[in-house]
Amino acid sequence: MLTFTFRRLLTAIPTLLFISLVIFLLLDLAPGDPMAQMPLTVPDEVKARMREALGLGEPIHIRYWKWLVQFFWVEPLHLLDAMFGTGFAEGSQRILSWQTRSPVVDIVMQRMPQTLWVVGTAYVVAILIAIPVGIYSAYRQYSVFDQAGTFITMVGFSVPPFFSGVLVIIIFAAQLGWFPSIYDTRHVVDSWHDFGLQVRQMFLPVMVLALQITSQLSRFMRASMLDNLNQDYVRTARAKGLREKTVVLVHVLRNSMIPVVTVIALGVPSIFGGAIITEQVFKVNGIGQLLITAIQGNDLPMVQTLTFIFAVLIVLFNLIADVLYGMLDPRIRYD
Amino acid sequence: MTDAHAPETPVGVDRGTVAASAPVAGAEPLLLTQARSQWWDVWDQFRSHKGAMAGAVLFLLILAVVVFGPYIWPLDPTETAIRSRNQSLSWAHPLGTDQLGRDVFARMIQGGRVSLAVGLTAMGLSLVLGTLIGVLAGYFRRLDGPLMRLTDLFLALPLLPLLLVMVLLFREPLTAAFGIETGIFILIVSAIGITSWMQTARIVRGDVLALKEHEFVLAARSIGTPARRIVTRHVLPNVLSPIMVSATLGIATAIITESALSFLGLGFPPDFPTWGRLLNDGVPYLELYPGRAFWPGLAISLVVLSINYVGDGLRDALDPRIRGR
Repeated sequence: MLTFTFRRLLTAIPTLLFISLVIFLLLDLAPGDPMAQMPLTVPDEVKARMREALGLGEPIHIRYWKWLVQFFWVEPLHLLDAMFGTGFAEGSQRILSWQTRSPVVDIVMQRMPQTLWVVGTAYVVAILIAIPVGIYSAYRQYSVFDQAGTFITMVGFSVPPFFSGVLVIIIFAAQLGWFPSIYDTRHVVDSWHDFGLQVRQMFLPVMVLALQITSQLSRFMRASMLDNLNQDYVRTARAKGLREKTVVLVHVLRNSMIPVVTVIALGVPSIFGGAIITEQVFKVNGIGQLLITAIQGNDLPMVQTLTFIFAVLIVLFNLIADVLYGMLDPRIRYD
Repeated sequence: MTDAHAPETPVGVDRGTVAASAPVAGAEPLLLTQARSQWWDVWDQFRSHKGAMAGAVLFLLILAVVVFGPYIWPLDPTETAIRSRNQSLSWAHPLGTDQLGRDVFARMIQGGRVSLAVGLTAMGLSLVLGTLIGVLAGYFRRLDGPLMRLTDLFLALPLLPLLLVMVLLFREPLTAAFGIETGIFILIVSAIGITSWMQTARIVRGDVLALKEHEFVLAARSIGTPARRIVTRHVLPNVLSPIMVSATLGIATAIITESALSFLGLGFPPDFPTWGRLLNDGVPYLELYPGRAFWPGLAISLVVLSINYVGDGLRDALDPRIRGR
């Protein structure tokens, strides 16, 4: 298992390097010019020097190398410095955003809590709903509950977040006025009343995201339970007189959780990046919104870094899912 | 669909067999086993799936409205009439008019044409790419490694951000080359197609790998059939069913992706309505005229829902283990 993990980690490195190259080259083709907004009175040689100051004058392979060094060496060192108060990275050039001229990673760190709170809560809520629903609808296959559940998951699957989000805003924010339609990031929770307000402003985005994630997860859970319910070991467990509750919730559930856990692990990167549209609908200023504004503002270092962070997360959680699968299911041996 | 399934001619559901085996007094039982295409069985199974049938009917209905709508509903979707703006539902304007007095129903039809066209074309492109890569990787062992690494690589790319970036990058050159509407159509279709072929490729590769070991492929090879013809005559027809299922689901994802791009303001230009664009345009007027965002959203959701049900039914119908039960 350990050798397998190491081997996967080693193969992840060229994959990530290649992805970073693809992202870098794709963005390098971008038509945007950070100098486009400069007044025409600025002479050309000054513009050229400004361009150089942004790191644009160099040939492409040198810029790529510099970006890699900044991403993999300088920024982690800065993180270390910030955590332990050391001075490893002093004086080294960080990745700067063209929009704000401040380090990209700092901005990402500012935006991270909002995304983690909203999307993370939605993920937890979705898991908590999806697993019992999946178990019960598989146990009572073709019952009214199962049929209704299948229909609702189909709807949740099909209604895109930019519609369900708008719909809940029409109903619950505009017509009924129960919840605010805009997420206020500056809201500070220091009393129970403020906490209630925080819950209320998180409610709509969390519900919209949770509906989507629940639909996918509960269908997986149901299919996985159905696969296991007809196995021989279930009959054996029933035959030796175990209670039905033990059979379903201990024997069957544990085995059916194996694929579901990996699906949950594979979905984690979307916590960080996938909620682009929901954040846009509810005006949550998280990572997704940061990416959209960076794309619209032609802020290439920001877009590069964000997309690459997403890619790293996807590769990492793919690896975690593989390792988890091997650990949970003794029938699967990688080496 | 002949080679692999030839021995297992449909049993049980065949009406001819049932009629023939019924004892007829005085006469010898005639064995009238009519040759019956496998597709009739698939259709029978598909028909018994209520959700799939409802989905198919709904989808065809929406398709018909969108395709024939402009001939029946002759109002111009781009004609502004500033005096009759923001009207509510009426006989003259079944879904009202927007802030420039354009008929929302006509715009919905026009938007649907674009959205469905994008969905179908992008699905076609991703299907061709996925099938090509899947068959190549499955059939030719030397290509398997590199092509599957490529697939894994694409699966590891953060797709929505890259789509946004691609649209941003190639918008100008393509609109310059093909004109604004065709250019953006090509751009969006190819962007969606290029980023969504991976699932099809994986499924097709798996099926081709299993199929390659069958005797009929060996037989074909032993009489000297070139690889190209083995693939087109023997392999492709037998991987048709997974391809069809991913095709239906591909339309749904393509429509959602296009709408998402339009919703984020990176799709078609504003005077060129698509459902996602209309939804996006309706959002600022949400409190006063909620219908304007509601109708396009409903249309997207209904199309995707019906297609998902059709895909579900198709998967059951094409699975020989379930069929006939």
